[in-house]
Amino acid sequence: MTRTPLVDVRDLRVCARTDRGHLTVLDGVSFDIMPGEILGVVGESGAGKSMTGTALTGLIEPPMSIDGGEIRCAGRRIDNLPPDQLRLVRGKEIATIFQDPLTALNPVFTIGRQLVETIGEHTGLAGAEAQREAVTLLAQVGIPAPESRLASYPHEFSGGMRQRVVIALALAGRPKLIVADEPTTALDVSIQGQIIALLRDLCARRGTAVMLITHDMGVIAEAAHRVAVMYAGRIVEIGPVADVVHRPRHPYTRGLMGSIPAIGRRLKRLPQIDGAMPRPSEIPPGCAFAPRCPIVVPECREQRPALDPDGIHRAACRRSAEVGSA
Amino acid sequence: MTTPAIPAPDLVVVDRLMKTFDVSPPLITRLATGAKPRMLKAVDGVSFRIAPGRTLSLVGESGCGKTTVARCVAGLQAPSGGTIAYRGVPIADIVAGKSPYRREIQMIFQDPYGSLNPRWRVGRIIADPIRALKLAASGAETDAAVARLLVAVGLSPADARKYPHEFSGGQRQRIAVARALASRPALIVCDEPTSALDVSVQAQILNLMRDLQDEFGLTYLFISHNLSVVDHMSSEVAVMYLGRIVETAHTADLFSAPKHPYTRLLLKAMPSLDQVGAVREPMQGEVPNPIDPPTGCAFHPRCPFAADRCRQERPDLRPLAGGTVACHRAEEIG
Repeated sequence: MTRTPLVDVRDLRVCARTDRGHLTVLDGVSFDIMPGEILGVVGESGAGKSMTGTALTGLIEPPMSIDGGEIRCAGRRIDNLPPDQLRLVRGKEIATIFQDPLTALNPVFTIGRQLVETIGEHTGLAGAEAQREAVTLLAQVGIPAPESRLASYPHEFSGGMRQRVVIALALAGRPKLIVADEPTTALDVSIQGQIIALLRDLCARRGTAVMLITHDMGVIAEAAHRVAVMYAGRIVEIGPVADVVHRPRHPYTRGLMGSIPAIGRRLKRLPQIDGAMPRPSEIPPGCAFAPRCPIVVPECREQRPALDPDGIHRAACRRSAEVGSA
Repeated sequence: MTTPAIPAPDLVVVDRLMKTFDVSPPLITRLATGAKPRMLKAVDGVSFRIAPGRTLSLVGESGCGKTTVARCVAGLQAPSGGTIAYRGVPIADIVAGKSPYRREIQMIFQDPYGSLNPRWRVGRIIADPIRALKLAASGAETDAAVARLLVAVGLSPADARKYPHEFSGGQRQRIAVARALASRPALIVCDEPTSALDVSVQAQILNLMRDLQDEFGLTYLFISHNLSVVDHMSSEVAVMYLGRIVETAHTADLFSAPKHPYTRLLLKAMPSLDQVGAVREPMQGEVPNPIDPPTGCAFHPRCPFAADRCRQERPDLRPLAGGTVACHRAEEIG
């Protein structure tokens, strides 16, 4: 690839210090995101997908800490910045959209005030200029009659419109990357489609990259260019979304895809992966998926497989060649 | 599933169910500002029947009234109008304890973290309905029943000694299922039972629920916003919009030939794994405020087929091609 990635994460490790010792929450996570690209990150609760997003935005707090690896954004290392410099990165280079649009907005201030304040913080615009920018942003995220909505409070917006306001706030600093953590999970399906279309459109028009964290494979399939599948704190498969969805190379991904009910498939039983993902304190040696894996061999339990070193579609499984045909 | 040759009498008959909530401003505000009392019609004339051993799903977006219907059927909320009968007995009488059917109706809730008492051991949680309804003769018999139920839902008898926090979300939902089964129910009202769970865990719970349905001959009223889960679980589907049913059909018919424009748009809006990267036209607009619903057909502001008649006259649910539909133009757009 000739283009340089916007975000480059290498061998990221995040640990938690607890009474019961040191827990590894993220274990050697590596990926990159190109400008204008939507990278989906999918996995079960506790797989580490939100923690990865948190690390990118520099919001890891005790008892969690980054214990190794590095995060680069636009060529600059950002994981070891002092807090005052991190503030300049956060919001301006990397912005965040959270799941619940109601808690992401301050209920006692108008949308206009929150937008103008954020715009002022990141761009230095003030007064009428900042107002104009706020109207432009609201128009860009598809809010009808934006001038008249500046004086509205968050509770006066519906759920879908609120999430649009949150996206407008995220865009205020003209970030290069948006970390979107379950941005459509709290919304109805008919609104989900609207928000996904908006995110895709913004990426294409503004060249903003998006890290789209979700447990909903359908959202990933629709929105993302590439997808990383996480399991027990590691990326087990990463590649172009069509390849991962239709030709998975890791047995966990294959199980995950199979377990999603599809309209018209009409199976008596859904294929299921028995058992549950191990907690961070109980991750077995070897491959973390081995206890649930249908094609496990004894070596899997001894040595942990690494992600394939090259190629665009990579998996961390010693039997990945057999997954597609199995 | 095939329809039995001689239709069995319906287990549940809901007739013109109404549920309104008073959302008026406080009295003092009304006196000071002259504001009028306001009523929210959460459920506005909903009728359906469920035959024994079948699964009826209610689908719709948030605020369509599906959960309110479920809570009324389970007897947790009193209807404002209309009737609900279980085996011919009004739900109100069952709730009042005038009928032996009370133990036959159970409910499973969405949030397995909020629906289990965190201070009770799992054994006590599951034994509670058995004790309350005096379904076991002795303590030993109760313990044996709890152990059997835990095994039936895929847990181990030893789990009875643990507390809910020691379990994952999926395991907790298994405990909730075991508790619902404890009173030997015939009807289980399931309100979004898997929407708080990861997909791999969702598959386990859905499989478990289908197995238990076969094993115990259960009837389900299944509430969900997820159409693919509904397709997998149900024999019949009712689609709700703003407090009313807009379409009912056998599951296969609904998904292969939806009749109401709302059902069609909902199906189109579902993200699907078969359409990687497909740019689909998202549904326009949002669900209107139920305090102030649109005139005529409530869906007309978002409907691509809306005509003058749709803006003025509310369509009634009427039979069409094996199902029912509430749309003036269903034949034309078919």
